[in-house]
Amino acid sequence: MPKPDLHEPPASAASTTPVQPPRGTAHPKVAHQDAAHRTIRNGLRGPDSIKGTILKIVLLGLVDAFAVYVLMMLFLSQSWAALAVSSLVVLAINWIYLRRGGLPAKYLAPGVLFLLVFQVLVVFFSGYIAFTNYGDGHNSTKEDAIAAIQLTAQKRVPDSPAYKAAVLTKGDTFYLLFTDPSGKAQIGSTDEPLTEVSGAGKDSTGKANSLPGYETLKFQEIVANQQEILKITVPVSENPADGTLRTADGSTAYQFKPALRYDTATDTFTDSDTGTAYRDNGKGAFADANGETLATGWKIDVGMANFARAFTDPSLRGPLLGVILWTFTFSVASVALTFALGLFLAITFNREDLRGKKVYRILMILPYAFPAFLSGLVWSGILNPEFGWLNQTLLGGAHIGWLTDPVLAKISVLVVNVWLGFPYMFLVCTGALQSLPTEIDEAARMDGASPWRVFRSIKLPLLLVSVAPLLISSFAFNFNNFNVIYMLTGGGPRFADTDRDIGATDILITLVYKVAFGQGTGRDYGLASALAIIIFIIVATISAISFKQTKALEDVN
Amino acid sequence: MKVHNTLATQTTRRVFATGAISVVAALALSACGGSASTAPSSEAAKQDLKAAGAGTITMWVDAERSPALKDITEKFKSDTGIEVKLVVKDFAAVRDDFITQVPTGQGPDLIVGPHDWIGKFVQNGVIAPVELGDKASQFQDSSIKAMTYNGAVYGVPYAIENIALLRNTSIVDSKASTLDEVVANGKKAVAEGKATFPFLVGMDPKQGDPYHLYPLQSSMGSQVFGKNADGGYDAKQLLIGDAAGVEFAKKLAAWGDAGEKIINSNITGDIAKEKFLAGESAYFLTGPWNVPDVQKKGIKFAVDELPTAGGEAAQPFIGVNGFFISAKSANALATNEFVTNYLTSESAQDSMYTAGGRPPALKASFEKAASDPVVEAFGKIGATGVPMPAIPEMSAVWADWGATELAIIKGQGDPAEAWAKMAASIKSKIGG
Repeated sequence: MPKPDLHEPPASAASTTPVQPPRGTAHPKVAHQDAAHRTIRNGLRGPDSIKGTILKIVLLGLVDAFAVYVLMMLFLSQSWAALAVSSLVVLAINWIYLRRGGLPAKYLAPGVLFLLVFQVLVVFFSGYIAFTNYGDGHNSTKEDAIAAIQLTAQKRVPDSPAYKAAVLTKGDTFYLLFTDPSGKAQIGSTDEPLTEVSGAGKDSTGKANSLPGYETLKFQEIVANQQEILKITVPVSENPADGTLRTADGSTAYQFKPALRYDTATDTFTDSDTGTAYRDNGKGAFADANGETLATGWKIDVGMANFARAFTDPSLRGPLLGVILWTFTFSVASVALTFALGLFLAITFNREDLRGKKVYRILMILPYAFPAFLSGLVWSGILNPEFGWLNQTLLGGAHIGWLTDPVLAKISVLVVNVWLGFPYMFLVCTGALQSLPTEIDEAARMDGASPWRVFRSIKLPLLLVSVAPLLISSFAFNFNNFNVIYMLTGGGPRFADTDRDIGATDILITLVYKVAFGQGTGRDYGLASALAIIIFIIVATISAISFKQTKALEDVN
Repeated sequence: MKVHNTLATQTTRRVFATGAISVVAALALSACGGSASTAPSSEAAKQDLKAAGAGTITMWVDAERSPALKDITEKFKSDTGIEVKLVVKDFAAVRDDFITQVPTGQGPDLIVGPHDWIGKFVQNGVIAPVELGDKASQFQDSSIKAMTYNGAVYGVPYAIENIALLRNTSIVDSKASTLDEVVANGKKAVAEGKATFPFLVGMDPKQGDPYHLYPLQSSMGSQVFGKNADGGYDAKQLLIGDAAGVEFAKKLAAWGDAGEKIINSNITGDIAKEKFLAGESAYFLTGPWNVPDVQKKGIKFAVDELPTAGGEAAQPFIGVNGFFISAKSANALATNEFVTNYLTSESAQDSMYTAGGRPPALKASFEKAASDPVVEAFGKIGATGVPMPAIPEMSAVWADWGATELAIIKGQGDPAEAWAKMAASIKSKIGG
């Protein structure tokens, strides 16, 4: 049910709800206009007040200081595109606030900026993801994937000795000085294979740590030059098949041999043992002739493939239609039932002569006051077939599978959602009812209309004018009501006819979550984003049509 | 190639960085730039580390383990001048955050987690192997085996976790080795009015609990994956659907809701714990995480070996917690030094045990911890276990496995058919 959380900014509800603002606080809109008028008058009469100017300078100074910091960090990380965009934004902000006039822009700028960053950018990013294969195994760029494969392909040569190592330098080259388990000292670098040396200085543990003509690096110096030192691969002999010595911590070294070799020119990995070649298969992975792929792949653009998959993948296609139908049933029924119950209660408790009205109203709002995910968990406990309070206490030990039978689970989910959602409708309807002019009511009664007739022909149409947009937003919210479904049933009981973890109470958004966060088949952000876009299109279309319909309602007024 | 020794000149970029930082500090009038180090002896060297961007190692850790790492990170800092920044993250989201953030360069150098994350990490190219060398022999074999993936060790283990059978000794006073005996004892206790449930194991109402039921399954000779030459799990050898697995499925139906009701699909982990704490059952199949509450409640209990349901040993899955190094760590050398030479130390492993209470992976630390009979018993059972498969294909197994077991326990459908269908479904998902 609509709650003022991230999914539904309360501002939109406030601007459309006819609920009167609490007495004593000025209407925010009025306050804004006041301020605006004042500023315009000031602008016409002369410069801003000193206080205002100082405040402006301080605030703008803070913003600019932060901006300069961000810009420098972007410069250092060489993110040129981000740097250019950020610079433009900073310039625009300064221009807006330093120039005279252009008052609307001064009010709109922060809002527009945040809208761009937190909404538009995010929407476009998920839109972009929908056209890629981003997900498990396709996590980063091709360069990263190649580096990761090379890293994990390094296998220690079986039964090879463990060497102690020291890092030396001569001229511009780093050398590693090794001490093998027998105490023999050998030196080498990437270009010079391992050679035995004599005259090496040793520390108390027998580890060779210095050699005449070379300078020994201290740990701090090793760390400061780690990128170079980690790259040193000392060939054990002239034969490359013997592998190379590497150090990972600057004090020990082991003999490694890559299980796979990468050839930049042909863009292929070759298995050192079997000679199998793995080539870029155009799907963001290296594959051999049989289609066997290396574990790590990379992210590529796949065009409309994710959208096609949503409708053709047999494990998705089957349940998808059922899930869409249930999503509509769930959201329409939720809105209808909560509205019916909320309206009924609002009318009941709207009687002037009812005693203890406030107490009733507070009790009524309680379900709305609990976080939905918490209520979901509590209800799933209450509905446990054997130990749940409902079966044990109310039904005298019956074994009714409230959440485990497909039909009952659907009913349970709806009932719990009505319980969670009716207080909102109750609040909204109470507010709307109180704002209806009483004269019409009286006039109708004078004309001899029955209460039902008054309600049906006068109150309800007037009510709908103000409440209809909220019903639409409530529909959109329930369409994506993740908390209730996920916490109550987790989408279950599972369908028997699909490989995926999709069940009778799954709505589209829980299905998307399961696809994205891999309840079974690994995370697939690309497919999940594509499904999210489909959901967006459905909800947007229905909302647009509905809003058009409500225009007709307004004519009643 | 240039050596940045203590007198080396800074590159222009670094000059700019220093300048930038001071300008920002001046602008913000804050003390951000004033984190001067305290040890004067290696002052110059420390500045050099900062210049190379290597002054800190970032580690993602959960709130529970973070305090346990304080001492060892301080020792590392006083030895090397490098600070290990412990960033506390929500355990539920940390794995996915790590996978998404490492490629952007914003990820940490180190992460703490269970070994069965390794497969996903390698698949996404976000962790690097760790070569422990001779130190590997100082750890319990099972922990190193769990950390080994595709023939390479990917993490430094610090704790081993597995389940065992808790027995309320004031209800049943003698040990039993087979499930039949356990059930007979449990039923006798129920008949005598000493208990309400013959046996307790928690079942997730949506996913069942194949992890807790695995020892029973393995004792009947059924496994999930076969192993390849180097001892790792092989996704191409899916064994779960074999004859032994089907036998297990039939047994499961016999134990379930429609049968003896030993395994009850409506008993969640929380309910099972509650009932055991209330003394309503003699047996509770669970892990060391529930032991502190049992002790607090004052229940006299023994940690028994896992009961067998078939002719083979009841092998639990073992989970090994450890430290993993990011594949894109900008400070890989220092991080390796910290991981292989500091986190493998006895004192580090001791303090991780003190904080978490899980049996240590380092043999020397384990021997000390084993003075506690509970740790010793769990450790002994763990030594017989098999590592939880870390291959990414395993995530395709869990959901089907759990849901199918749950359906069988509930008595829905024919067990043999359901099991075969599950095996086929898993096979189609992992493309084997």
